[in-house]
Amino acid sequence: MINVRYKLINPKQLIEEFVEENVNNDEIIVRPKFLSICRADQRYYQGTRDKEILNKKLPLSLIHEAIGEIIYSKNDTYKVGMNVVMLPNIQDELSVNKNVLKENYDVNSKFRGSSCDGFMQQNVVCNIKNVLLIPNDNISLVFLELMSVVFNALEQFNKINKKSMESIVVYGDGSLSFITSLILKKTYQNSKIIVIGKHNEKLDYFTFVDEKYTIDNVPETLVYSHAFECVGGIGSEVALKQIIEKIIPQGLISLLGVSEYSISINTRMVLEKGLHLIGNSRSSIDDFKAAINFLQQYPDSINYLSNIISDVVEVKDIKDIDKAFMIDTTNYFKTIMKWDI
Amino acid sequence: MLCALILASGTGSRMGNTTMPKQFLNIGTKPIIIHTIEQFLLIKEINKIVVTVSNEWKSHLEDLLKKYDINDVHIVQGGKDRHESVINGCKYIKNMFDVDDATIISHDAVRPFITRRIIEDNIKLIKDYDAIDTVIPATDTIVEVKHDIISNIPERKVMFQGQTPQTFKLKGFLEICENLSDDEKSILTDVCKVYYFKNKKIGYVFGETYNFKITTKFDLNIANSIVKGDIKL
Repeated sequence: MINVRYKLINPKQLIEEFVEENVNNDEIIVRPKFLSICRADQRYYQGTRDKEILNKKLPLSLIHEAIGEIIYSKNDTYKVGMNVVMLPNIQDELSVNKNVLKENYDVNSKFRGSSCDGFMQQNVVCNIKNVLLIPNDNISLVFLELMSVVFNALEQFNKINKKSMESIVVYGDGSLSFITSLILKKTYQNSKIIVIGKHNEKLDYFTFVDEKYTIDNVPETLVYSHAFECVGGIGSEVALKQIIEKIIPQGLISLLGVSEYSISINTRMVLEKGLHLIGNSRSSIDDFKAAINFLQQYPDSINYLSNIISDVVEVKDIKDIDKAFMIDTTNYFKTIMKWDI
Repeated sequence: MLCALILASGTGSRMGNTTMPKQFLNIGTKPIIIHTIEQFLLIKEINKIVVTVSNEWKSHLEDLLKKYDINDVHIVQGGKDRHESVINGCKYIKNMFDVDDATIISHDAVRPFITRRIIEDNIKLIKDYDAIDTVIPATDTIVEVKHDIISNIPERKVMFQGQTPQTFKLKGFLEICENLSDDEKSILTDVCKVYYFKNKKIGYVFGETYNFKITTKFDLNIANSIVKGDIKL
Protein backbone atom coordinates (compact mmCIF):
# COMPACT_ATOMS: atom_id res chain seq x y z
CA MET A 1 0.00 0.00 0.00
CA ILE A 2 1.15 3.51 -0.75
CA ASN A 3 0.32 5.43 2.38
CA VAL A 4 0.36 9.15 3.06
CA ARG A 5 1.77 10.44 6.33
CA TYR A 6 1.19 14.05 7.31
CA LYS A 7 4.41 15.17 8.89
CA LEU A 8 5.58 18.21 10.77
CA ILE A 9 8.97 19.19 9.33
CA ASN A 10 9.31 22.52 11.11
CA PRO A 11 7.03 24.29 13.58
CA LYS A 12 3.73 25.09 11.80
CA GLN A 13 4.99 23.45 8.60
CA LEU A 14 3.30 20.23 7.55
CA ILE A 15 4.03 18.13 4.48
CA GLU A 16 2.57 15.02 2.88
CA GLU A 17 4.99 12.12 2.71
CA PHE A 18 4.26 9.02 0.66
CA VAL A 19 5.53 5.75 1.99
CA GLU A 20 5.21 2.21 0.72
CA GLU A 21 4.00 -0.06 3.49
CA ASN A 22 3.61 -3.80 3.47
CA VAL A 23 1.20 -5.51 5.82
CA ASN A 24 2.21 -8.70 7.65
CA ASN A 25 -0.23 -11.36 8.83
CA ASP A 26 -0.23 -9.97 12.36
CA GLU A 27 -0.95 -6.47 11.15
CA ILE A 28 -4.12 -4.68 10.08
CA ILE A 29 -4.85 -1.39 8.35
CA VAL A 30 -6.88 1.14 10.29
CA ARG A 31 -8.52 4.20 8.80
CA PRO A 32 -8.44 6.89 11.51
CA LYS A 33 -11.84 8.48 12.18
CA PHE A 34 -11.24 10.86 15.06
CA LEU A 35 -7.91 12.26 16.23
CA SER A 36 -7.53 14.34 19.35
CA ILE A 37 -4.90 17.03 19.72
CA CYS A 38 -2.89 16.76 22.92
CA ARG A 39 -0.79 19.48 24.49
CA ALA A 40 2.30 17.45 23.58
CA ASP A 41 1.31 17.60 19.88
CA GLN A 42 0.69 21.31 20.19
CA ARG A 43 4.14 21.87 21.69
CA TYR A 44 5.74 20.22 18.65
CA TYR A 45 3.46 22.10 16.26
CA GLN A 46 4.10 25.50 17.85
CA GLY A 47 7.81 24.75 18.25
CA THR A 48 7.83 25.37 21.99
CA ARG A 49 9.95 22.30 22.70
CA ASP A 50 13.74 22.77 22.95
CA LYS A 51 15.35 23.31 19.58
CA GLU A 52 17.56 20.26 20.15
CA ILE A 53 14.51 18.05 20.74
CA LEU A 54 12.78 19.44 17.65
CA ASN A 55 15.87 18.81 15.53
CA LYS A 56 16.04 15.25 16.80
CA LYS A 57 12.36 14.35 16.46
CA LEU A 58 11.15 16.15 13.32
CA PRO A 59 9.97 15.24 10.70
CA LEU A 60 7.23 13.48 12.61
CA SER A 61 3.57 12.58 12.19
CA LEU A 62 1.85 13.90 15.29
CA ILE A 63 -1.13 12.62 17.36
CA HIS A 64 -1.25 9.70 19.78
CA GLU A 65 -4.97 9.80 20.64
CA ALA A 66 -7.11 8.24 17.92
CA ILE A 67 -9.84 5.79 17.10
CA GLY A 68 -10.60 4.32 13.69
CA GLU A 69 -12.11 1.56 11.60
CA ILE A 70 -10.38 -1.56 10.34
CA ILE A 71 -10.25 -1.43 6.54
CA TYR A 72 -7.95 -4.39 5.92
CA SER A 73 -7.38 -7.50 7.98
CA LYS A 74 -6.77 -11.19 7.63
CA ASN A 75 -7.34 -11.76 11.32
CA ASP A 76 -10.46 -13.54 12.59
CA THR A 77 -10.82 -11.39 15.70
CA TYR A 78 -10.10 -8.02 14.17
CA LYS A 79 -12.36 -7.88 11.14
CA VAL A 80 -12.92 -5.25 8.47
CA GLY A 81 -15.55 -2.74 9.58
CA MET A 82 -14.82 -3.08 13.30
CA ASN A 83 -13.92 0.00 15.33
CA VAL A 84 -10.71 0.11 17.31
CA VAL A 85 -8.74 2.36 19.57
CA MET A 86 -5.12 2.51 18.47
CA LEU A 87 -2.51 2.23 21.21
CA PRO A 88 0.39 4.65 20.94
CA ASN A 89 2.85 2.62 22.98
CA ILE A 90 4.74 0.09 20.88
CA GLN A 91 6.81 -2.30 22.93
CA ASP A 92 10.03 -3.65 21.54
CA GLU A 93 9.59 -7.43 21.41
CA LEU A 94 13.29 -7.97 22.03
CA SER A 95 13.50 -5.63 24.99
CA VAL A 96 15.46 -7.07 27.91
CA ASN A 97 13.24 -5.13 30.30
CA LYS A 98 10.06 -6.71 28.98
CA ASN A 99 9.28 -8.78 32.05
CA VAL A 100 10.44 -6.22 34.57
CA LEU A 101 8.78 -2.97 33.57
CA LYS A 102 5.32 -1.90 32.48
CA GLU A 103 5.75 -1.28 28.77
CA ASN A 104 5.05 2.42 29.10
CA TYR A 105 8.17 2.80 31.25
CA ASP A 106 10.40 0.65 29.06
CA VAL A 107 12.95 2.94 27.41
CA ASN A 108 13.04 0.61 24.45
CA SER A 109 9.33 1.10 23.76
CA LYS A 110 8.33 3.53 21.06
CA PHE A 111 5.57 6.06 21.41
CA ARG A 112 3.47 7.29 18.49
CA GLY A 113 3.80 10.98 17.79
CA SER A 114 7.05 11.18 19.77
CA SER A 115 9.63 8.49 19.06
CA CYS A 116 7.87 7.20 15.93
CA ASP A 117 5.18 8.46 13.57
CA GLY A 118 1.81 9.17 15.14
CA PHE A 119 -1.68 8.64 13.78
CA MET A 120 -1.78 11.61 11.40
CA GLN A 121 -1.72 9.30 8.38
CA GLN A 122 -4.15 8.44 5.60
CA ASN A 123 -4.25 4.87 6.92
CA VAL A 124 -2.34 3.38 9.82
CA VAL A 125 -0.70 -0.04 9.73
CA CYS A 126 -1.03 -1.47 13.25
CA ASN A 127 0.10 -4.71 14.80
CA ILE A 128 -2.96 -6.42 16.30
CA LYS A 129 -1.23 -6.17 19.69
CA ASN A 130 -1.55 -2.42 19.44
CA VAL A 131 -5.28 -2.10 18.92
CA LEU A 132 -8.34 -2.89 21.03
CA LEU A 133 -11.88 -3.32 19.79
CA ILE A 134 -14.38 -0.68 20.87
CA PRO A 135 -18.16 -1.05 20.68
CA ASN A 136 -18.83 1.86 18.29
CA ASP A 137 -17.27 4.98 16.82
CA ASN A 138 -18.67 7.47 19.33
CA ILE A 139 -16.42 10.51 19.07
CA SER A 140 -15.85 10.61 22.84
CA LEU A 141 -14.06 7.26 22.66
CA VAL A 142 -11.11 9.20 21.28
CA PHE A 143 -10.46 10.04 24.95
CA LEU A 144 -9.67 6.40 25.79
CA GLU A 145 -5.97 7.18 25.54
CA LEU A 146 -6.19 10.02 28.03
CA MET A 147 -8.37 7.85 30.27
CA SER A 148 -5.81 5.05 30.10
CA VAL A 149 -3.16 7.46 31.40
CA VAL A 150 -5.38 8.09 34.44
CA PHE A 151 -5.88 4.35 34.97
CA ASN A 152 -2.12 3.86 34.85
CA ALA A 153 -1.78 6.55 37.54
CA LEU A 154 -4.54 4.97 39.63
CA GLU A 155 -2.89 1.57 39.51
CA GLN A 156 0.38 2.99 40.86
CA PHE A 157 -1.53 5.07 43.39
CA ASN A 158 -3.41 2.05 44.73
CA LYS A 159 -0.22 0.03 45.07
CA ILE A 160 1.13 2.56 47.55
CA ASN A 161 -1.99 3.90 49.21
CA LYS A 162 -2.83 2.42 52.58
CA LYS A 163 -5.16 5.12 53.88
CA SER A 164 -8.89 5.55 53.47
CA MET A 165 -9.74 8.30 51.03
CA GLU A 166 -12.45 10.52 52.47
CA SER A 167 -11.44 13.30 50.18
CA ILE A 168 -9.29 13.42 47.07
CA VAL A 169 -8.07 16.68 45.59
CA VAL A 170 -7.42 17.13 41.87
CA TYR A 171 -5.41 20.15 40.76
CA GLY A 172 -6.05 21.53 37.29
CA ASP A 173 -9.07 22.62 35.24
CA GLY A 174 -8.16 21.17 31.85
CA SER A 175 -9.08 17.96 30.04
CA LEU A 176 -6.77 15.71 32.06
CA SER A 177 -8.12 17.08 35.31
CA PHE A 178 -11.71 16.67 34.07
CA ILE A 179 -11.15 13.03 33.11
CA THR A 180 -9.22 12.26 36.30
CA SER A 181 -11.97 13.79 38.45
CA LEU A 182 -14.65 11.90 36.55
CA ILE A 183 -12.88 8.56 36.92
CA LEU A 184 -12.20 9.21 40.62
CA LYS A 185 -15.80 10.26 41.28
CA LYS A 186 -17.21 7.14 39.65
CA THR A 187 -14.62 4.77 41.10
CA TYR A 188 -14.63 6.12 44.65
CA GLN A 189 -18.25 7.02 45.10
CA ASN A 190 -17.92 7.50 48.86
CA SER A 191 -15.00 9.89 48.56
CA LYS A 192 -15.35 13.61 48.30
CA ILE A 193 -13.76 14.82 45.05
CA ILE A 194 -12.44 18.38 45.21
CA VAL A 195 -11.10 20.20 42.16
CA ILE A 196 -8.80 23.19 42.39
CA GLY A 197 -8.26 25.15 39.20
CA LYS A 198 -7.45 28.58 37.90
CA HIS A 199 -10.43 29.57 35.75
CA ASN A 200 -13.99 29.65 37.09
CA GLU A 201 -15.42 29.37 33.59
CA LYS A 202 -13.59 26.06 33.11
CA LEU A 203 -14.42 24.79 36.56
CA ASP A 204 -18.10 25.30 35.66
CA TYR A 205 -17.84 22.17 33.51
CA PHE A 206 -16.97 20.01 36.55
CA THR A 207 -20.60 19.55 37.63
CA PHE A 208 -20.12 16.04 39.00
CA VAL A 209 -17.49 16.86 41.67
CA ASP A 210 -18.28 17.67 45.29
CA GLU A 211 -16.36 20.92 45.69
CA LYS A 212 -14.34 23.21 43.48
CA TYR A 213 -12.17 26.24 44.17
CA THR A 214 -9.84 28.52 42.33
CA ILE A 215 -6.26 28.18 43.51
CA ASP A 216 -6.25 31.67 45.01
CA ASN A 217 -9.43 31.00 46.93
CA VAL A 218 -8.84 27.68 48.67
CA PRO A 219 -10.31 27.60 52.21
CA GLU A 220 -7.65 27.61 54.90
CA THR A 221 -9.43 24.76 56.61
CA LEU A 222 -9.08 22.47 53.58
CA VAL A 223 -6.65 19.64 54.28
CA TYR A 224 -6.37 16.33 52.46
CA SER A 225 -4.31 13.19 52.29
CA HIS A 226 -4.52 12.37 48.57
CA ALA A 227 -3.87 14.66 45.61
CA PHE A 228 -3.63 14.35 41.84
CA GLU A 229 -1.65 17.05 40.05
CA CYS A 230 -3.05 17.48 36.52
CA VAL A 231 -1.85 21.00 35.81
CA GLY A 232 1.28 20.65 33.71
CA GLY A 233 3.36 23.43 32.20
CA ILE A 234 4.75 26.15 34.46
CA GLY A 235 1.53 25.98 36.50
CA SER A 236 2.70 22.65 37.96
CA GLU A 237 5.06 24.55 40.23
CA VAL A 238 2.36 26.69 41.84
CA ALA A 239 0.04 23.70 42.18
CA LEU A 240 2.71 21.52 43.77
CA LYS A 241 3.70 24.29 46.16
CA GLN A 242 0.14 24.46 47.45
CA ILE A 243 -0.34 20.70 47.52
CA ILE A 244 2.83 20.19 49.57
CA GLU A 245 1.73 22.91 51.98
CA LYS A 246 -1.79 21.60 52.48
CA ILE A 247 -1.48 17.84 52.31
CA ILE A 248 -1.27 16.00 55.63
CA PRO A 249 1.96 14.21 56.65
CA GLN A 250 2.58 10.94 54.79
CA GLY A 251 0.11 12.03 52.12
CA LEU A 252 0.21 10.74 48.56
CA ILE A 253 0.70 12.97 45.51
CA SER A 254 0.19 11.57 42.04
CA LEU A 255 1.91 13.63 39.34
CA LEU A 256 0.29 13.59 35.89
CA GLY A 257 0.81 17.08 34.47
CA VAL A 258 3.57 17.17 31.87
CA SER A 259 5.83 20.19 31.99
CA GLU A 260 8.43 21.34 29.52
CA TYR A 261 10.04 23.29 32.38
CA SER A 262 12.21 22.07 35.20
CA ILE A 263 9.76 22.41 38.08
CA SER A 264 10.97 23.35 41.59
CA ILE A 265 9.69 21.25 44.45
CA ASN A 266 9.94 22.17 48.12
CA THR A 267 11.82 19.01 49.04
CA ARG A 268 12.43 20.22 52.59
CA MET A 269 8.71 20.01 53.29
CA VAL A 270 8.39 16.74 51.34
CA LEU A 271 11.00 15.25 53.68
CA GLU A 272 9.51 16.87 56.76
CA LYS A 273 6.05 15.48 56.01
CA GLY A 274 7.26 12.14 54.62
CA LEU A 275 5.24 12.61 51.45
CA HIS A 276 5.00 10.14 48.59
CA LEU A 277 5.28 11.55 45.08
CA ILE A 278 4.39 9.19 42.25
CA GLY A 279 5.34 10.00 38.68
CA ASN A 280 3.10 8.75 35.91
CA SER A 281 3.51 8.71 32.19
CA ARG A 282 1.62 7.11 29.36
CA SER A 283 -0.15 3.76 29.77
CA SER A 284 -0.17 0.07 28.92
CA ILE A 285 -2.69 -2.12 27.13
CA ASP A 286 -4.22 -3.12 30.49
CA ASP A 287 -4.90 0.53 31.27
CA PHE A 288 -6.76 0.85 27.95
CA LYS A 289 -8.79 -2.23 28.87
CA ALA A 290 -9.58 -0.66 32.24
CA ALA A 291 -10.75 2.50 30.45
CA ILE A 292 -13.01 0.52 28.10
CA ASN A 293 -14.46 -1.43 31.07
CA PHE A 294 -15.04 1.82 32.94
CA LEU A 295 -17.19 3.19 30.10
CA GLN A 296 -19.19 -0.03 30.02
CA GLN A 297 -19.72 0.14 33.76
CA TYR A 298 -20.54 3.86 33.79
CA PRO A 299 -22.10 4.62 30.41
CA ASP A 300 -23.18 8.12 31.43
CA SER A 301 -19.49 9.01 31.48
CA ILE A 302 -19.66 9.23 27.68
CA ASN A 303 -21.99 12.22 28.04
CA TYR A 304 -19.58 13.95 30.40
CA LEU A 305 -16.68 13.27 28.04
CA SER A 306 -18.56 14.83 25.15
CA ASN A 307 -18.74 18.07 27.19
CA ILE A 308 -15.00 18.59 26.86
CA ILE A 309 -15.02 18.46 23.06
CA SER A 310 -14.47 22.16 22.40
CA ASP A 311 -14.35 21.82 18.63
CA VAL A 312 -14.59 19.21 15.91
CA VAL A 313 -12.64 20.24 12.83
CA GLU A 314 -13.35 18.38 9.62
CA VAL A 315 -10.00 17.65 8.00
CA LYS A 316 -10.13 17.29 4.23
CA ASP A 317 -6.66 18.53 3.39
CA ILE A 318 -3.42 19.57 5.00
CA LYS A 319 -4.63 23.17 5.48
CA ASP A 320 -7.43 21.87 7.70
CA ILE A 321 -4.82 20.28 9.98
CA ASP A 322 -3.20 23.71 10.40
CA LYS A 323 -6.65 25.14 11.09
CA ALA A 324 -7.33 22.52 13.79
CA PHE A 325 -4.03 23.25 15.55
CA MET A 326 -4.67 26.99 15.43
CA ILE A 327 -8.23 26.65 16.74
CA ASP A 328 -6.97 24.37 19.51
CA THR A 329 -4.84 27.15 20.99
CA THR A 330 -7.97 29.12 21.87
CA ASN A 331 -10.06 26.21 23.17
CA TYR A 332 -10.76 25.46 26.82
CA PHE A 333 -10.62 21.74 26.31
CA LYS A 334 -10.08 19.30 23.43
CA THR A 335 -10.00 19.83 19.68
CA ILE A 336 -10.90 16.76 17.66
CA MET A 337 -10.05 16.26 14.00
CA LYS A 338 -12.69 14.38 12.02
CA TRP A 339 -10.43 12.62 9.57
CA ASP A 340 -11.75 12.92 6.00
CA ILE A 341 -8.40 13.50 4.35
CA MET B 1 -23.68 -1.48 -6.56
CA LEU B 2 -20.44 0.45 -6.74
CA CYS B 3 -17.68 -0.93 -8.97
CA ALA B 4 -14.15 0.27 -9.47
CA LEU B 5 -13.04 -0.10 -13.07
CA ILE B 6 -9.26 0.05 -13.35
CA LEU B 7 -8.06 0.69 -16.88
CA ALA B 8 -4.84 -1.20 -17.51
CA SER B 9 -5.11 -2.21 -21.15
CA GLY B 10 -2.26 -0.05 -22.43
CA THR B 11 0.40 -2.12 -24.16
CA GLY B 12 4.10 -1.66 -24.26
CA SER B 13 4.71 1.93 -25.24
CA ARG B 14 8.46 2.21 -24.87
CA MET B 15 9.65 3.55 -21.57
CA GLY B 16 13.43 3.71 -21.37
CA ASN B 17 14.74 0.32 -22.43
CA THR B 18 11.68 -1.67 -21.54
CA THR B 19 8.58 -2.47 -23.51
CA MET B 20 6.63 -3.78 -20.55
CA PRO B 21 3.40 -1.78 -20.16
CA LYS B 22 4.08 0.93 -17.64
CA GLN B 23 1.36 -0.24 -15.24
CA PHE B 24 3.45 -3.37 -14.62
CA LEU B 25 6.68 -1.53 -13.79
CA ASN B 26 7.66 -1.23 -10.14
CA ILE B 27 7.57 1.78 -7.96
CA GLY B 28 9.05 1.00 -4.57
CA THR B 29 8.85 -2.76 -4.33
CA LYS B 30 5.58 -3.42 -6.17
CA PRO B 31 4.15 -2.95 -9.67
CA ILE B 32 2.24 0.29 -10.18
CA ILE B 33 -1.02 -1.58 -10.87
CA ILE B 34 -0.83 -3.40 -7.53
CA HIS B 35 -0.42 -0.10 -5.68
CA THR B 36 -3.43 1.30 -7.55
CA ILE B 37 -5.66 -1.73 -6.90
CA GLU B 38 -4.70 -1.66 -3.20
CA GLN B 39 -6.02 1.88 -2.85
CA PHE B 40 -9.45 0.75 -4.08
CA LEU B 41 -9.41 -2.42 -1.97
CA LEU B 42 -9.33 -0.23 1.14
CA ILE B 43 -12.60 1.57 0.32
CA LYS B 44 -15.45 -0.33 1.93
CA GLU B 45 -18.17 1.27 -0.23
CA ILE B 46 -16.70 -0.39 -3.32
CA ASN B 47 -18.34 -3.76 -3.91
CA LYS B 48 -16.36 -5.05 -6.88
CA ILE B 49 -13.07 -4.29 -8.59
CA VAL B 50 -12.74 -4.96 -12.31
CA VAL B 51 -9.50 -4.49 -14.22
CA THR B 52 -9.31 -4.26 -17.99
CA VAL B 53 -6.11 -5.64 -19.46
CA SER B 54 -4.93 -6.61 -22.93
CA ASN B 55 -5.05 -10.31 -23.70
CA GLU B 56 -1.25 -10.60 -23.89
CA TRP B 57 -0.79 -9.34 -20.33
CA LYS B 58 -3.74 -11.15 -18.71
CA SER B 59 -1.67 -14.05 -17.36
CA HIS B 60 0.98 -11.66 -16.12
CA LEU B 61 -1.63 -9.72 -14.15
CA GLU B 62 -3.13 -12.93 -12.78
CA ASP B 63 0.31 -13.98 -11.53
CA LEU B 64 0.87 -10.60 -9.90
CA LEU B 65 -2.49 -10.72 -8.11
CA LYS B 66 -1.62 -14.19 -6.84
CA LYS B 67 1.83 -13.08 -5.74
CA TYR B 68 0.47 -10.17 -3.75
CA ASP B 69 -2.37 -12.25 -2.34
CA ILE B 70 -5.11 -10.09 -3.86
CA ASN B 71 -8.37 -11.94 -4.41
CA ASP B 72 -11.75 -10.80 -5.62
CA VAL B 73 -10.44 -8.81 -8.55
CA HIS B 74 -12.11 -9.51 -11.90
CA ILE B 75 -10.04 -9.35 -15.05
CA VAL B 76 -11.66 -8.29 -18.33
CA GLN B 77 -10.13 -8.05 -21.76
CA GLY B 78 -9.56 -4.44 -22.75
CA GLY B 79 -10.55 -2.94 -26.09
CA LYS B 80 -8.60 -1.43 -28.94
CA ASP B 81 -8.76 1.96 -27.26
CA ARG B 82 -9.67 3.48 -23.91
CA HIS B 83 -13.33 4.01 -24.82
CA GLU B 84 -13.77 0.40 -25.89
CA SER B 85 -12.07 -0.83 -22.71
CA VAL B 86 -14.55 1.16 -20.59
CA ILE B 87 -17.45 -0.29 -22.57
CA ASN B 88 -16.05 -3.84 -22.21
CA GLY B 89 -15.69 -3.31 -18.48
CA CYS B 90 -19.25 -1.96 -18.16
CA LYS B 91 -20.74 -4.84 -20.16
CA TYR B 92 -18.82 -7.34 -18.04
CA ILE B 93 -20.14 -5.75 -14.84
CA LYS B 94 -23.71 -5.75 -16.19
CA ASN B 95 -23.60 -9.41 -17.21
CA MET B 96 -21.34 -10.95 -14.59
CA PHE B 97 -23.03 -9.34 -11.60
CA ASP B 98 -26.45 -9.41 -13.24
CA VAL B 99 -27.23 -5.78 -12.53
CA ASP B 100 -29.39 -3.39 -14.49
CA ASP B 101 -27.46 -0.39 -13.23
CA ALA B 102 -24.36 0.31 -11.15
CA THR B 103 -22.12 3.23 -10.29
CA ILE B 104 -18.76 2.92 -11.99
CA ILE B 105 -15.68 4.68 -10.69
CA SER B 106 -13.13 4.35 -13.49
CA HIS B 107 -9.45 5.02 -12.90
CA ASP B 108 -6.17 4.83 -14.79
CA ALA B 109 -3.98 2.02 -13.47
CA VAL B 110 -0.98 4.32 -13.94
CA ARG B 111 -2.17 6.83 -11.33
CA PRO B 112 -1.09 5.02 -8.12
CA PHE B 113 -1.07 8.14 -5.94
CA ILE B 114 -4.85 8.30 -5.93
CA THR B 115 -6.01 9.17 -2.43
CA ARG B 116 -8.91 8.01 -0.36
CA ARG B 117 -10.27 11.55 -0.28
CA ILE B 118 -10.49 11.78 -4.09
CA ILE B 119 -12.25 8.41 -4.34
CA GLU B 120 -14.70 9.27 -1.57
CA ASP B 121 -15.45 12.71 -3.06
CA ASN B 122 -16.29 10.99 -6.37
CA ILE B 123 -18.59 8.54 -4.59
CA LYS B 124 -20.36 11.28 -2.65
CA LEU B 125 -20.89 13.64 -5.59
CA ILE B 126 -22.16 11.17 -8.21
CA LYS B 127 -25.51 11.17 -6.38
CA ASP B 128 -26.16 14.70 -7.73
CA TYR B 129 -24.77 14.42 -11.27
CA ASP B 130 -24.75 12.21 -14.37
CA ALA B 131 -20.98 11.96 -14.25
CA ILE B 132 -18.06 13.22 -12.15
CA ASP B 133 -14.63 14.20 -13.37
CA THR B 134 -11.52 14.70 -11.25
CA VAL B 135 -9.66 17.89 -12.09
CA ILE B 136 -6.88 20.17 -10.92
CA PRO B 137 -6.58 23.86 -11.76
CA ALA B 138 -4.34 24.49 -14.77
CA THR B 139 -1.11 26.11 -13.66
CA ASP B 140 0.20 26.71 -17.18
CA THR B 141 -1.67 28.75 -19.75
CA ILE B 142 -3.54 26.43 -22.12
CA VAL B 143 -2.98 27.18 -25.78
CA GLU B 144 -5.15 25.78 -28.55
CA VAL B 145 -3.42 25.18 -31.87
CA LYS B 146 -5.19 24.55 -35.17
CA HIS B 147 -3.58 24.37 -38.60
CA ASP B 148 -0.16 25.31 -37.24
CA ILE B 149 -1.29 28.55 -35.64
CA ILE B 150 -2.53 29.42 -32.18
CA SER B 151 -6.27 29.60 -32.53
CA ASN B 152 -7.27 30.29 -28.97
CA ILE B 153 -5.75 31.12 -25.57
CA PRO B 154 -8.52 30.58 -23.03
CA GLU B 155 -8.50 32.40 -19.71
CA ARG B 156 -6.35 30.25 -17.41
CA LYS B 157 -8.59 30.84 -14.37
CA VAL B 158 -11.36 28.76 -15.91
CA MET B 159 -9.08 26.02 -17.23
CA PHE B 160 -8.60 22.71 -15.40
CA GLN B 161 -6.69 19.56 -16.22
CA GLY B 162 -8.59 16.30 -16.21
CA GLN B 163 -7.40 13.37 -14.13
CA THR B 164 -9.16 10.20 -13.04
CA PRO B 165 -11.25 8.78 -11.39
CA GLN B 166 -14.25 9.49 -13.55
CA THR B 167 -17.50 8.29 -12.08
CA PHE B 168 -20.75 7.55 -13.90
CA LYS B 169 -23.84 5.33 -14.05
CA LEU B 170 -23.45 2.14 -16.05
CA LYS B 171 -26.93 2.06 -17.58
CA GLY B 172 -26.94 5.64 -18.85
CA PHE B 173 -23.42 5.34 -20.21
CA LEU B 174 -24.09 2.16 -22.18
CA GLU B 175 -27.31 3.65 -23.59
CA ILE B 176 -25.47 6.73 -24.85
CA CYS B 177 -22.62 4.67 -26.30
CA GLU B 178 -24.96 2.34 -28.21
CA ASN B 179 -26.24 5.32 -30.20
CA LEU B 180 -22.89 6.86 -31.06
CA SER B 181 -21.77 6.88 -34.69
CA ASP B 182 -18.29 5.62 -35.58
CA ASP B 183 -17.14 9.20 -36.14
CA GLU B 184 -18.43 10.23 -32.73
CA LYS B 185 -16.76 7.22 -31.11
CA SER B 186 -13.42 8.20 -32.65
CA ILE B 187 -13.41 11.61 -30.95
CA LEU B 188 -15.21 10.70 -27.71
CA THR B 189 -12.29 8.91 -26.06
CA ASP B 190 -13.04 10.12 -22.60
CA VAL B 191 -16.02 9.14 -20.41
CA CYS B 192 -16.84 12.70 -19.37
CA LYS B 193 -16.50 13.91 -22.94
CA VAL B 194 -19.24 11.45 -23.89
CA TYR B 195 -21.49 12.94 -21.24
CA TYR B 196 -20.54 16.47 -22.26
CA PHE B 197 -21.37 15.68 -25.88
CA LYS B 198 -24.83 14.59 -24.79
CA ASN B 199 -25.38 17.75 -22.68
CA LYS B 200 -25.48 15.83 -19.42
CA LYS B 201 -24.78 17.33 -16.03
CA ILE B 202 -21.13 16.71 -15.14
CA GLY B 203 -19.73 17.61 -11.73
CA TYR B 204 -16.12 17.72 -10.65
CA VAL B 205 -13.98 17.00 -7.64
CA PHE B 206 -10.50 18.28 -7.06
CA GLY B 207 -7.68 15.85 -7.66
CA GLU B 208 -4.10 16.37 -6.56
CA THR B 209 -1.01 17.30 -8.55
CA TYR B 210 0.59 14.07 -7.35
CA ASN B 211 -2.29 12.02 -8.76
CA PHE B 212 -0.36 12.18 -12.01
CA LYS B 213 -0.26 9.65 -14.80
CA ILE B 214 3.01 7.75 -15.02
CA THR B 215 3.68 7.85 -18.74
CA THR B 216 7.37 8.62 -19.17
CA LYS B 217 10.66 7.49 -17.67
CA PHE B 218 10.79 10.89 -15.96
CA ASP B 219 7.39 10.24 -14.33
CA LEU B 220 8.58 6.83 -13.17
CA ASN B 221 11.67 8.33 -11.57
CA ILE B 222 9.55 10.97 -9.85
CA ALA B 223 7.11 8.28 -8.62
CA ASN B 224 9.96 6.21 -7.19
CA SER B 225 11.45 9.24 -5.48
CA ILE B 226 8.07 10.08 -3.93
CA VAL B 227 7.63 6.56 -2.55
CA LYS B 228 11.18 6.52 -1.17
CA GLY B 229 10.51 9.79 0.64
CA ASP B 230 13.14 11.66 -1.38
CA ILE B 231 10.50 14.13 -2.54
CA LYS B 232 8.41 15.85 0.12
CA LEU B 233 5.11 17.28 -0.99
